[in-house]
Amino acid sequence: MKIHEYQAKQLFAEAGIPVSAGEVATTPLDAMAIAERLNKPVMVKAQVHVGGRGKAGGIKLAQNAEAAKVLSQSILGMDIKGLKVKKVLVTVAEDILSESYVGIILDRASKKPVIMVSPAGGVDIEEVAAKTPEKIFKFYVDPVLGLKSYQARNLASKLYHDNTQIRQATDIIMRLHDVFWKTDASLAEINPLITNPSGKVIALDAKINIDDNGLYRHSEIAAMRDLDAEEPAEVEAREADLSYVKLEGNIGCIVNGAGLAMATMDLVKLYGGEPANFLDIGGSSNPQKVVTAMKIILSDPNVQSILINIFGGITRCDDVANGIVTAFREFKPSVPVVVRLTGTNERMATEILKSINLPFADTIDSVVQKAIELAGVK
Amino acid sequence: MSIFINKKTKVLVQGITGRDGSFHAGQMKDYGTIVVGGVTPGKGGSEVAGIPVFDTVEEAVAKTGANTSVIYVPQAFAVDAIYEAVDAGIKLIVCITEGIPANDMMKVYPYVKACGARLIGPNSPGLISPDESKVGIMPGTIVKKGGVGVVSRSGTLTYEAIWALTLAELGQTTCIGIGGDQVIGTNFIDCLEAFEHDKLTKAIVMIGEIGGSDEEVAAEYIKKNITKPVVAFIAGQTAPPGKRMGHAGAIISGGSGTAAEKIAALNKVGVPVAGSPTEIPMLLQELLAKKTTKTVAKKATPKTAAKVKTKKTSAKSTVKKKKSTTKTASIRKRKK
Repeated sequence: MKIHEYQAKQLFAEAGIPVSAGEVATTPLDAMAIAERLNKPVMVKAQVHVGGRGKAGGIKLAQNAEAAKVLSQSILGMDIKGLKVKKVLVTVAEDILSESYVGIILDRASKKPVIMVSPAGGVDIEEVAAKTPEKIFKFYVDPVLGLKSYQARNLASKLYHDNTQIRQATDIIMRLHDVFWKTDASLAEINPLITNPSGKVIALDAKINIDDNGLYRHSEIAAMRDLDAEEPAEVEAREADLSYVKLEGNIGCIVNGAGLAMATMDLVKLYGGEPANFLDIGGSSNPQKVVTAMKIILSDPNVQSILINIFGGITRCDDVANGIVTAFREFKPSVPVVVRLTGTNERMATEILKSINLPFADTIDSVVQKAIELAGVK
Repeated sequence: MSIFINKKTKVLVQGITGRDGSFHAGQMKDYGTIVVGGVTPGKGGSEVAGIPVFDTVEEAVAKTGANTSVIYVPQAFAVDAIYEAVDAGIKLIVCITEGIPANDMMKVYPYVKACGARLIGPNSPGLISPDESKVGIMPGTIVKKGGVGVVSRSGTLTYEAIWALTLAELGQTTCIGIGGDQVIGTNFIDCLEAFEHDKLTKAIVMIGEIGGSDEEVAAEYIKKNITKPVVAFIAGQTAPPGKRMGHAGAIISGGSGTAAEKIAALNKVGVPVAGSPTEIPMLLQELLAKKTTKTVAKKATPKTAAKVKTKKTSAKSTVKKKKSTTKTASIRKRKK
């Protein structure tokens, strides 16, 4: 799960990482009031879950409160890479002497968190990694022992020469590492970490991604989820315990299992169609899930046919079939639906589905081909 | 033969009194797995499907001699269950539980390793060695004994591939689901190595998906260490970047972990990647046929032998087996 910069800064501040003062606003008047309270030149920063906000014009310097109002007026409602800006962070504008990068991510290959620092901050770190990899320094943290001060200090000394700054950066790296573990983050990043004219090291930006699997034990972070930033259908699916991702195509897919759902989408493409979505009804065989799945897919106006591909293991085909029948009675879909059910209780499922007279397919390939054909016919 | 589990594997079910645990304990037992006991704290002394329940893993191991454990306990308690199994001396731990935080896995993994145990999963469907043992939730009805080793990051997609193999009379030695999470205990390489050393495994099917770089690492490993034919399938070619596709580990992040990269890496080392799971058996048969000709060529002209990376294994035994059982497929056809 992604959280916004202002939320990440709140977590940073709680952990003792120095961030510049600021507040979030949803209206230009709020933004003006915040700028007045701060009583300094401020940055008005769009809060959207996407990088490159500055380049897109979503980050502006306001010399006074009036300017903050005008600028936030232009930023609020702006479209950045397809996402609408609904909030701005109004924060004290710092004078910047140097910009560096500090980040911690979960490294899957080594099964350890890796801390990366670079004196080349303020730019896209992936670009730095690609063009000047020698400017990035990495340290793999032992997950059991944790991070030791000297290890953090070694990293900090790659960023600064001044001793007081090395000390400050060491402290920040230690605290960032704490935040990473405490919040179940998969990424915790400061880009840029700056020094100001008085020699202070400050986190000017903040980014934290939370491991979805860890959310169950962080209700305060789970509450930070910005539902406005998501597809309403994806929110509805998550609430029903379904994995759903909306895509641009016209073939709706309902599948059990994430791998099979992806493979089914891929086959739609392979056979010349475009999948409208990824949808995994999960391992259990709750008929209600199938009903919700149908509802979500039918609400997508692009969908011209729907395929249901179930390989029964723990999922029982008869349960899925009951869900399909209920969904048909409830929604009376106007788009054609084709079904492939195989495995546990397959024959019972076939019997159940006779009542609504659906076209059947035998294999994963034929159900996909049939769905593409039906989409064309409509 | 098989890898990791066989006829003698003595299985303990952690979380046996739960909904999933009790159901699958019965299913495993029905398949012929030696399920010696179950563990649920506070439920010791009771029975589930005729299987004795203990309060602790330590007690269960002492009384039953279990060497393998399968974990069905809920998300919040699953990591603790792994530690408990390791501390009780269990050497193979199969974790079915989905949704364990990656941070917990990073901490438990080195401990499992230091204690000389193997962890499969989490978020794994388990593994099955046809006609020998099944540990986990894979349906026993789709497998067939034979010479193909299957390793996969997925569940139902694996069933699809196994079923296609079975229909094509390509039986399996062991089918193993390593799990869809970011941090998992056993990866492709561990399984590839085990299949390479297993005499009865004649060919390997590897099913990957978007996210991480395990497939690329596996491709390098195959190039250097695997002499048996390998066919792959990679799911998620149409997955958009930055979106988690069901599995916690199935996400293209920072532009890396795409299916295209993985397919390219595999093709580069000569591993064909199937377009559809149903295409896997055909590709496998082609490789096995090629191998037979190569083996023959090797015998005939020693000069060409240097080029032939693969050796020793003859495809004959697999071919022979193919003819022996056509039952499953025909039964299935009749059903439809």
